[in-house]
Amino acid sequence: MQTHTAKRIEIVIEKPLEGRLTDALTKAGVTGYTVVPVRGGSGRSGPWTREGQVGRAGMVMVICLIKPERLDALLEAAFAVVERHIGIVSVSDALVLRADRF
Amino acid sequence: MSEILALAGANLVSPIILSFALGLAAALARSDLSIPEAVAKGMSIYLLFAIGFKGGASVAAHGLDATLLMAVGAGIILSFGLPLLAFAMLKILTGFSRLDAAAVAAHYGSISIVTFVAATSVLEGKAIDAEGYMVAVAAAMEAPAILSALWLVARNGTGRAMEPGLMREILLNGSIVLLVGSFVIGMVTGEKGLAEISSFIVSPFKGVLCLFLLDMGLVAGRGLRQSKNVLGLGAVAFGILMPLAGASIGLAMGVIIGLSTGGVVLLMVLAASASYIAVPAAMRVALPEANPAIYLTLSLGVTFPFNLTLGIPLYVALATLTVGG
Repeated sequence: MQTHTAKRIEIVIEKPLEGRLTDALTKAGVTGYTVVPVRGGSGRSGPWTREGQVGRAGMVMVICLIKPERLDALLEAAFAVVERHIGIVSVSDALVLRADRF
Repeated sequence: MSEILALAGANLVSPIILSFALGLAAALARSDLSIPEAVAKGMSIYLLFAIGFKGGASVAAHGLDATLLMAVGAGIILSFGLPLLAFAMLKILTGFSRLDAAAVAAHYGSISIVTFVAATSVLEGKAIDAEGYMVAVAAAMEAPAILSALWLVARNGTGRAMEPGLMREILLNGSIVLLVGSFVIGMVTGEKGLAEISSFIVSPFKGVLCLFLLDMGLVAGRGLRQSKNVLGLGAVAFGILMPLAGASIGLAMGVIIGLSTGGVVLLMVLAASASYIAVPAAMRVALPEANPAIYLTLSLGVTFPFNLTLGIPLYVALATLTVGG
């Protein structure tokens, strides 16, 4: 089956920042993304879990797939939001079936 | 003094406190007991709706007076002013950075609605009436403290412009909208409206509160377990002294504006409690460099249990001694 190269960006960020990040991505021309809740993990501040979080605390992961040539614009927009905050931004190569959707 | 101790003793063996203690003990013992997140959210919506509605219905029954405006004004002044006191105390008692101290201070100017709900439940148990509009005072005290904290940071030149949309998020956060909205519904529909739904919002109230506090105990216990090395002795002392200082100021203001004994208790509780829902979310946006483990552990792990177990009975006793009742 015909596949096309794409970039998969995963951004783990604090829940209160979710709206700001997705707004920035939309303004940068991203046409689609997926937000998933994060159950827990461990980082520089030690282990943490979603249990024990109250209110809008906790983390979410925003995943988007884009054409490789749009990567820089997306990263600039995302980093403007993420820069001061706890989080992880990672980029990996991916293959998609329907290139026109990204 | 013996009266205060007797009151505290009676409070400690209430189902509400014991439910909280169960959750706390289970979390500290690393039990896998947990309340599903959606259930906890549902219970908090129920409690906010019930407390707002009952407050509005009480205002409809007893009418509005000038004390309402003075009480809301006092609440706003407290919320703006308490962070300044908290900040000064933190500078003396702890070695926190300016940012961490300002973030903690914001929590202590704002309020814990669960502590407020627990206090109203204790007052009901003792048949002490309180002004229904204290719910509106609670809502008014949520946000001003955040502005004071941002000012404390900006004063030093380390602050930045407020994030666009942050003020709207603070003022329209779900708990404020639900509390004020149900208060208005209660006020509009009055005693008749309350009678229609009392089997839902009055009778099960304490049972739901017990379960909710079981969850709060679990949350507080997990927080304490994860952040056991975050707080020093000075910070823990602050977590106990600050509510006492806030409650004393609340007592004075409540007496000056002429609140009833129950109203004074609730103003003391509001001044003594620290936020752990609205303000942490705002701080993550406005002051992300501040350490959340410090302010959440202090607010939820030290001050909340203190107010729930010893603070509320102490405030009831002091208000009763001062105002009578």
